[in-house]
Amino acid sequence: MEFVRRDAPFLTPKVDVASMMLQVLAALVPAALAHVWYFGPGFIFNLVVATAFCVGGEVLMTRARGRDPVVALSDFSAIVTAALLAFALPSLTPWWVTATGSLFAIVVVKHLYGGLGFNVFNPAMAGYVVILIAFPLEMNLWVAPRMGDIDYISLSVLQTAKYTLTGSLPDALTFDAISRATPLDAMQSGLRNMRTYAEIRTNPMMGDFGGRGWEWLGNFFAFGGAWLLVKKIIRWQIPTGVLLGLLIPAGVMYIVSPGSNASPGFYLFSGATILCAFFIATDPVSAATSPKGRFVYGCGIGLLIFAIRKWGSYADGVAFAVLIMNMATPAIDYLTRPTIVGHSSRGGGNE
Amino acid sequence: MSAPTYDLGKLHGGLRLQAHKSDSTSEPIVQIPVPDQLILPITQHAGDPAQPVVGIGERVLKGQLIAEAHGSLGAPVHASSSGKVVAIEPWPVSRRYGDDAPCIVIECDGEDRPIEPVEKHPDFESLPPDALLTWILQGGIVGLGGAVFPTAQKLMQAITCNLEYLILNGVECEPYISCDDMLMREYAHNVLGGAQILLYALDLKTCYVAVESDKPDAIHRLGEVLAELGDERLILKQVPTIYPSGGEDQLVQLVANREVPSGGLPTDVDCLVQNVGTAAAIYDWVLHNESLISRITTVTGDGVARPVNVEVRLGTTVGDVIEHVGGYTGQARQLIIGGPMTGKSVTSDRVPLVKATNCILVLSEPVSLSDEVPCIRCGDCASVCPVQLLPQQLFWYACADDEAKLRSYGLTDCIECGCCDLVCPSHIPLTFDFRMAKARIRELADEKARAERARQRFEARNERLEKEQQERDEELAQQKEDARNAGADAIAEIMQRKQDEDK
Repeated sequence: MEFVRRDAPFLTPKVDVASMMLQVLAALVPAALAHVWYFGPGFIFNLVVATAFCVGGEVLMTRARGRDPVVALSDFSAIVTAALLAFALPSLTPWWVTATGSLFAIVVVKHLYGGLGFNVFNPAMAGYVVILIAFPLEMNLWVAPRMGDIDYISLSVLQTAKYTLTGSLPDALTFDAISRATPLDAMQSGLRNMRTYAEIRTNPMMGDFGGRGWEWLGNFFAFGGAWLLVKKIIRWQIPTGVLLGLLIPAGVMYIVSPGSNASPGFYLFSGATILCAFFIATDPVSAATSPKGRFVYGCGIGLLIFAIRKWGSYADGVAFAVLIMNMATPAIDYLTRPTIVGHSSRGGGNE
Repeated sequence: MSAPTYDLGKLHGGLRLQAHKSDSTSEPIVQIPVPDQLILPITQHAGDPAQPVVGIGERVLKGQLIAEAHGSLGAPVHASSSGKVVAIEPWPVSRRYGDDAPCIVIECDGEDRPIEPVEKHPDFESLPPDALLTWILQGGIVGLGGAVFPTAQKLMQAITCNLEYLILNGVECEPYISCDDMLMREYAHNVLGGAQILLYALDLKTCYVAVESDKPDAIHRLGEVLAELGDERLILKQVPTIYPSGGEDQLVQLVANREVPSGGLPTDVDCLVQNVGTAAAIYDWVLHNESLISRITTVTGDGVARPVNVEVRLGTTVGDVIEHVGGYTGQARQLIIGGPMTGKSVTSDRVPLVKATNCILVLSEPVSLSDEVPCIRCGDCASVCPVQLLPQQLFWYACADDEAKLRSYGLTDCIECGCCDLVCPSHIPLTFDFRMAKARIRELADEKARAERARQRFEARNERLEKEQQERDEELAQQKEDARNAGADAIAEIMQRKQDEDK
């Protein structure tokens, strides 16, 4: 009788990259629904455009590199990039802005660095930063969340589609009529205009911790993130690091000078903090790799988010924080290498 | 009797694997009859091949020495039954690399006549320890946990160290394998008796008997025998069921809470580890003069009709063993000698069962996985590595063939347990890649050594040639000088001789 020749181990892994990516996508579904509820159908258009261009970029680049596009697409990583980018965009974004970000993410950041597993930078964040700088006007058109306010203006599905396709608003509406400052913008400019935190909080747009409506998105991201933790798709080190790195300095500053600083709760529930902690910073490819290194990496991101929001010229800073820490990853990896068993400094005996 | 305890050291990483052990432990050990033909490799241990001491056509008896220990790391081989030596020839064996190895083939006469006279040492304490060790060497006993290091040499090395603990390894952490479990259940006396011999030979006061928590029957039975023996030196320790807690260094870490230094041995931290099977083999040899000619092996997997533990003569082919316990099922596709994590697959069941064979695992078609994709640096491999390596980094450097980085990231500390493979979402065969990288590093080192030797030879030759040339030059110069000095006289002499001749 003839048998098959193989190499040990003969047991096979029960995990694969595709199912990990699909679970990340699944964990984003609650937040996606919430996004549509609060900010209208724009998110769906953005997601469709981003997915189309990410997938298109993936096909283009794998072809150009002489690889099989089907194999590359079947790991779903391009779609995860598209989804994360879509979450970063204002709900009203013209398609060419989204397309630019998507193509830059996939073509330049992912494939020019060698494709999945080899990209130094988080593709979605790099793509976002490029369009943030290239299209500042479009990237600042945030609508107010649907909270039942009297002055709330929403665009219908058709109007949203038209804006996405042509970049023009309905005739009766101007850019200023629907655009609202985000809670982060309001907080940053308010504090810089010497208003106190308590004063700014009296603005009706503020909710329990962050902005009304805005802060609810955070809960859905946290819910999805918790599920990923339970499923062991992500580990606790990076989210904990991000949150501690942000909340500890925020807390200290708030205690020292509660008038001129936003509360830690505001930092936590504003902008992309929670999305970043569970979904963006946890991208394993561009993150540090050892458990200790990941905690350090997360802390660095949290700290940078705090610094940019507090002193920087951008209101949020998640994308910049992530990209800067991406650059630090090799150094972190090198400096946080675990001690190999048998190499402990006490010469082996550790009684 | 000492109760199982939990005061253990910490093992990093590891995996909880589906055990599949109860498949083969539902019935007692089955005795496999002596086959018609025995195939005994002369290398059944880690070390120098044994030297055959029988000729073709010679009749041998059960337990007779047929190949003697040779070299510093040697172990003898004994005939597993009586019969006639019919050949000494290459035969397929289970090895990871290479196919055939020299074997002594015996045609059994079916009488199974043992060799006389029998030398028994029931009062082994009357022998001096070093005589006992020499005696153990003659029994052909090797480590039965899988590494098959010659036991006597291991003990002789250990006796030179300042030891504190003997650890009996009854952990058997790899899935499917249950031969040590069954041994402890059915031969607990032999196991603990072997421990007592070892304690005497090594002059030690403490022996931990480490058993994994998923073997309650074995723990119970050992407890009973311990109570009977009333030997205070033997302490039963229950260790958690986690792979690979049964690795030698990992067990020392768990049981004695000591870290074996890289490249070192447990004796460096005053511990000695012996497999329970080895202890029982020592007991059988010292007390009953039964050399290592049979062992207990687990036959299991979804490819065999009746998963069971068997006691079988060494040299019986795997095919014979499986046939005796009911043969294969229709779905048998993979034949693995050893466990599913560290075993070796073979293509044919003609391979003989040897001292190292703790398990014959027959599995169905391997699960077809999606293709290997690039590493996404998820780091799961690092979190399960019992040696705290960073397999993802090692893989990177292995691809780049960066020897210096591979060394500094501890490639040589890799114990090839296979944990990283099982958690890799990219389905990268990490353990295989590391095995290859290790082989390349060894090759490179050999090549360097060869190049160095060649360089030295070349330089020596150049030097010699130069010296010879110099000597020749000097000689020539001397001759010229002599000739020049002798000049006038010589000419006169020649002229004189010519004149004389003319006359």
